[in-house]
Amino acid sequence: MDEILKIEQLKKSFDDLSVLDGIDLSVKKGEVVVIVGPSGCGKSTFLRCLNGLEDIQEGRVSLESEVINPVSKSTVNARKKIGMVFQSYDLFPHKTILQNITLAPMKVHKRKKAEAEGEALQLLERVGLVSKKDNYPRQLSGGQKQRVAIVRALMMHPEVLLFDEVTAALDPEMVREVLEVILSLAKEGRTMLIVTHEMAFAKAVADRIIFMDGGKIIEQGTPDDIFEHPKTERLQSFLKTFTYDR
Amino acid sequence: MMDFEIINSYIPRFLEAFRLTITIGWLGIALAFVVGIVVAFVQHFHVPVLTAIAKVYIELFRNTPLLVQLFFIYFGLPKIGFQISAEVCGVVGLGLLGGSYMAESIRSGLEAIPPSQTESAVSLGMTKPQLFWNVILPQAFTISLPAIMANVIFLLKETSVFSAISLMDLMFTAKDLIGLYYNTTECLFMLVVSYTIMLLPVSLVGRLAEKKVRYRMFGD
Repeated sequence: MDEILKIEQLKKSFDDLSVLDGIDLSVKKGEVVVIVGPSGCGKSTFLRCLNGLEDIQEGRVSLESEVINPVSKSTVNARKKIGMVFQSYDLFPHKTILQNITLAPMKVHKRKKAEAEGEALQLLERVGLVSKKDNYPRQLSGGQKQRVAIVRALMMHPEVLLFDEVTAALDPEMVREVLEVILSLAKEGRTMLIVTHEMAFAKAVADRIIFMDGGKIIEQGTPDDIFEHPKTERLQSFLKTFTYDR
Repeated sequence: MMDFEIINSYIPRFLEAFRLTITIGWLGIALAFVVGIVVAFVQHFHVPVLTAIAKVYIELFRNTPLLVQLFFIYFGLPKIGFQISAEVCGVVGLGLLGGSYMAESIRSGLEAIPPSQTESAVSLGMTKPQLFWNVILPQAFTISLPAIMANVIFLLKETSVFSAISLMDLMFTAKDLIGLYYNTTECLFMLVVSYTIMLLPVSLVGRLAEKKVRYRMFGD
């Protein structure tokens, strides 16, 4: 498989606080990489560095041959090929669902309205939300909003999709409807990087799991390696926090 | 009590004054809106040098009475060689006072948009101008609208100090008639009626506009 996203010696700090401390990662086309780790370990910041939302102090992030970070003129262009979905959905509250998902294709890719809406309706159909196309975001549940946010990212035909704790703000019964959509994207062979606290989901969707702590990659491997045969003591104690003993 | 024959005979003069008041009032408000947008944008984009000037302008005009500003423009400017008519003075005075209020109202709307809106638009590949015109500004306008409408009503009422620079507005006309004929009750009644006719529709239209625009983001 071809390498699509390459991260080299990435270092990021907020003033004196080092958040990411020399991360190397290479993602292949079609690979699903899930990033797990304790709160504050830098996994969300890492994801935000990958599309240039955060600037970095050292290292490099590149998508195929284009450099995304350090941020430069080519970042804007490369960014169009990376979709991102956020924990808080961040739909545009003044626009209907259909307008939310066709705005960027029409403005950024200069696509015709009718054509963009055609694809939008197909994708809404797929996530079961066609009937909501003329509603405003405030009229949708969290799970519905998050599915719309995924469709909005898909409309840009991204080569890589980033998911930043997309179910963290949802009620348990809504988590599933969102994760099913992501699972179906994985089956299509899309390249994705997913930050999540849903371990069962991570196990199901991931080709590779990365365990981060203290701004470093501590351990990585297949779901089986990580969950059944954790090597490092830090990963073992992290996994223990998900089980309960009487 | 009140003599309606007298009121009847005053109507032409009050109509005249009414026309002058709303003309200068609305021209001043239009100017205020333009000034407000420019000043708010300058601050929002942190334009060097201009941002500092904008801040000084806002504090200067927000913290001095319109009457004092009018005196400065009407009596002060001719001393340094700028001769302007009372009408222009009224429009400019109202425009500059209103501009400082409008700027603050628009800025508060712009600042109320969470940074996550910018981030999600940027990660969809939008450029800064695309994001500003399509995402930030429409939301900011929605949030600012009630404050903008309050400013409009406030500015229309502020026109009542125009009489001080001998503009024949409603207040001037009422005072003039009272001085001539001592029909105080009738004149004050006409004043109340005139201002109500002028402002009530503005209030109602404002309420409708708010309802229509705000529905999208906030429901009722």
